[in-house]
Amino acid sequence: MLRPRIIPCLLIHEDGLVKTTKFTDHKYVGDPLNAVRIFNEKQVDELVVADIDATSHFREPDYDLIAKLASECRMPLCYVGGVKTAEQCERIISLGVEKIGISSAAVESHGLISEAASRVGSQSVVAVMDVRKAGFLRRYEVFTHNGKKATGLTPVDFVEKAVSMGAGEIIVNSIDHDGTMKGYCYDLIDQLIDLVEVPFSVLGGAGSLSDVKDLINRYGVIGASAGSLFVFKGKYRAVLIQYPNVEEKSSISDFERSPIRT
Amino acid sequence: MISIVDYGLGNVQAFANIYKRLGVPCLIAQKPEELTKANRIILPGVGSFDWAMEKLEKSGMRMTLDEMVLDKGVPVLGVCVGMQIMAQRSDEGNSLGLGWINAEVKRFEQTEEKILRLPHMGWNDVTPLKSDKLFQNLNDPRFYFLHSYYFSPHSPQLSLASSRYEIDFTSAISERNIMGVQFHPEKSHHWGIQLLENFSEI
Repeated sequence: MLRPRIIPCLLIHEDGLVKTTKFTDHKYVGDPLNAVRIFNEKQVDELVVADIDATSHFREPDYDLIAKLASECRMPLCYVGGVKTAEQCERIISLGVEKIGISSAAVESHGLISEAASRVGSQSVVAVMDVRKAGFLRRYEVFTHNGKKATGLTPVDFVEKAVSMGAGEIIVNSIDHDGTMKGYCYDLIDQLIDLVEVPFSVLGGAGSLSDVKDLINRYGVIGASAGSLFVFKGKYRAVLIQYPNVEEKSSISDFERSPIRT
Repeated sequence: MISIVDYGLGNVQAFANIYKRLGVPCLIAQKPEELTKANRIILPGVGSFDWAMEKLEKSGMRMTLDEMVLDKGVPVLGVCVGMQIMAQRSDEGNSLGLGWINAEVKRFEQTEEKILRLPHMGWNDVTPLKSDKLFQNLNDPRFYFLHSYYFSPHSPQLSLASSRYEIDFTSAISERNIMGVQFHPEKSHHWGIQLLENFSEI
């Protein structure tokens, strides 16, 4: 039985780990390698690490850090941030990363996803999109550069295009829900989840394990990613790395579901 | 000495770290001469079939690998695409595989009525089909998978374990000294560590 994936998402900013709220208000939460070691002990399903400076500072991914993270990780790792070319994808995979998230470059350079997929395989190419409501009509729109740059694309356009070019997974991040811990943005997920035949993961808004459970009850086998939930404890948001234990996890996710999309 | 074949694909360092923690000597092999001392070989892989074959050819290690595995009978463990390229061919590409095993690699079937989410991504159960050293001391084994194609041996006796993703497919194989797993033991917590330890004792 294939299980839903419960995935901590870690943000790297100025060499440290941070957690944001609605993509601003960076709160320092610790050291990336140390966090990976703790998540190893907690046997997490998968990990997403996003370098949120790379694209907005116009720099290359930090290959030294990626290599250190990848060799430390005893679970699959998805790296996101500043990836612009297929050569970079190849290099990052060779450092031992399983999946590469492509975000702004998926919007700017149409061929990148297909070129990357032909080299490293679709299964390792993840299209990541940051979405928020924007404009007079408050419609969902895809943003890049840490939510600062509007693309004019609807999430539906982005997802359909990314999958047709060969993305092997979609991660949808709700900027409006980021760091709010008020639950996932179902309204947005509902628009997208049945459009694609690739695995679908969502990020933004999870504040408790019951939010994760609720998501899985609604959608079945899905990637449930979260930031705050796994790094903060209590209403004063004390920094504490945590993850559901084996029993908690099986109560959330151990039930047979057909992988057939309906 | 376990040699981990580094042909630019897959997480060689993750295997090396696990063996280091287990206290098992291992070496990351980038040249043919670094393979010849091996008494076990791991052939890792992440990526597409053709790309894996191309990288392996370019690494210059293919001939030595053939020799070690086919002539000298050194135990080898293929992982993910590293297992798939042991077959003769794949639906994924046009390149010929290593052909060590009489098998082909097929794509999970998709039809209009039946849309299966691919790749098969995440943690799934692995059911051993016979008692074998590779799966010793594994309780309720589950491993991380990331693939859209599966290994289909011509002889079902070669299947060592199976997993279910709408269909039952072969998730581990064994024929003489040649073993392969579709999942990623290097990224599968204590289950993976146990399997890699078992391989080191075969």
